[in-house]
Amino acid sequence: MSEGLVQLTYLVATALFVFALHWMNTPATARRGVYAGVVGMTLAVLATWAKPEVVHHLWIVVAVIAGFAVGIPLSRVPLTAVPQRTALSHAFGGLAAGLVGAAKFYLWYGEGSDQLTAFRTTAIIAEVLLGFLTFTGSLMAAGKLQEVKWIPQRPVTYPLQNVINVGLLLIAATLGVAVVLQPTAAWAPAAFGAVIALALTFGVLLIIPIGGADMPTVIAILNAYAGLAAVAMGFVLDNKLLITAGALDGSSGLILAIIMCKAMNRSFTNVLFGAFGQVQQAKAGGEERLYKAESVEGAGQVLEQANLVVIIPGYGMAVAQAQHKVRELYDQLKKRGITVKFAIHPVAGRMPGHMNVLLAEADIPYTDLVEMDEINPDMPQVDVALVVGANDVVNPAARSDKGSPIYGMPIIDADRARTVFAIKRSKNPGFAGIDNELYFSDKTWMLFGDAKNVIGELVKQMSGGSGMH
Amino acid sequence: MMLPETAAAAAAETPDIWSQIFVFVLATFIGLGVIRRVSRLLHTPLMSITNAISAIAVVGAILVAGPEYPVEIRILGSIAVFASMTNIVSGFLITERMLKMFKTQPKPGEGPRP
Repeated sequence: MSEGLVQLTYLVATALFVFALHWMNTPATARRGVYAGVVGMTLAVLATWAKPEVVHHLWIVVAVIAGFAVGIPLSRVPLTAVPQRTALSHAFGGLAAGLVGAAKFYLWYGEGSDQLTAFRTTAIIAEVLLGFLTFTGSLMAAGKLQEVKWIPQRPVTYPLQNVINVGLLLIAATLGVAVVLQPTAAWAPAAFGAVIALALTFGVLLIIPIGGADMPTVIAILNAYAGLAAVAMGFVLDNKLLITAGALDGSSGLILAIIMCKAMNRSFTNVLFGAFGQVQQAKAGGEERLYKAESVEGAGQVLEQANLVVIIPGYGMAVAQAQHKVRELYDQLKKRGITVKFAIHPVAGRMPGHMNVLLAEADIPYTDLVEMDEINPDMPQVDVALVVGANDVVNPAARSDKGSPIYGMPIIDADRARTVFAIKRSKNPGFAGIDNELYFSDKTWMLFGDAKNVIGELVKQMSGGSGMH
Repeated sequence: MMLPETAAAAAAETPDIWSQIFVFVLATFIGLGVIRRVSRLLHTPLMSITNAISAIAVVGAILVAGPEYPVEIRILGSIAVFASMTNIVSGFLITERMLKMFKTQPKPGEGPRP
């Protein structure tokens, strides 16, 4: 295939990728976006494979088949496991970029020519740094999300943590600069290897102090790194398709990370270097306060009298696998002519948009999924707010208590509804270990138990009673 | 006698670097503009489709695995082809799977009808 034709194909693929993302702006056209992406990718792969310099095919065929063999099962994971899958795919992306960068460096070093220009070498160093730190960092994130036993779930902190991390990065950067200045020196391959080792270590250390509540942001940041690694690869190989596609991925990760940070009222640096879990432990364990418990029967009667019910789901709903029971409750309420909306906080779940996917899987129409900013002005008109497995995102302390670690975080104003029911597994504080003022409010009634069982009981009671109407 | 050669190499290289940087900056602006309009409902599928798209790294991997290079280099390239291919396949398939679930109406026969 001639170079001109290859470039033309790359241009078409780039356009298809831009359209793919453009069509994601509404669920109505989103699937078209997938098809555009598949066509663009297929064209790009075939055009590259048909280039005259590609003469060895066997290993590529084997790698492609292996990619299908691993990729197909990975696409069938339960939707609660999608955050882990996403982190794992960032790891694969980082690995691919790192390996190609390393291969190119050793190849050009071996050729001994003046292939290693300052620009190319800088790009290679950036590529392997970003690629390999994304690789181990994302593996750690995936491990934490999957709750792998030997990876601690709680944030791990130790003295001088940030000093050590920044120090490692500085050493890697210094070695990188040395390689750029003298790429053909005898010590360059060793220094290059050290940069790889440092990047791998840095990725692990970066994720160790991060807790589950910060995962949405971290996944988005790793997404941006994986994209930037692809951009660097494009610089190395002088390939504009790689640069464009990587930039699209990078900007997506960046925007999602910004949205997540805003939704938690925190900065990037605070997420990466703040070790969220540490702050609150001093606050917990204050005076004992009493919850008001309510029976399922009582809650069912109040729900039946309501006109407008807002359900506020959190990660606890996913953990309890309660989304299908929630859907049954939604049906029961709808049958009685009650308006039901779902209020979705941007950081509910373990990755951006996670709650929406879980509820869509349970066949809840997406037109009833409402964002936090849209629902909050209507909260005073809401008869019943039902909190299912959410905690920090409905904690009024974020608005009022300056001493609270979540102060300033935008929340769903559940406390402004006329009545609040909160389903909670135990009487312990939530994930962040912070007491929730909402649970002690006059209009809040607690339903203790597993979310799936409690909602199942509610549904059973309401469907039993519906015959009387 | 090194000087003219280096200068010529630099002259040949300079415009190329700048066109690459231009492409990068402009593509980032397009990316920011397009991604900002993506429905918040679809942020999880967005992440999986951008995963698949950024696995375009497969192009670079093929160009390392395929040519007449030393075996070690081609091994690294082939592993990269495998990693990228995994992302392409699982990324597009799971995006499609998730998007299929987003509906405006409950399925007919299930749930209430007005």
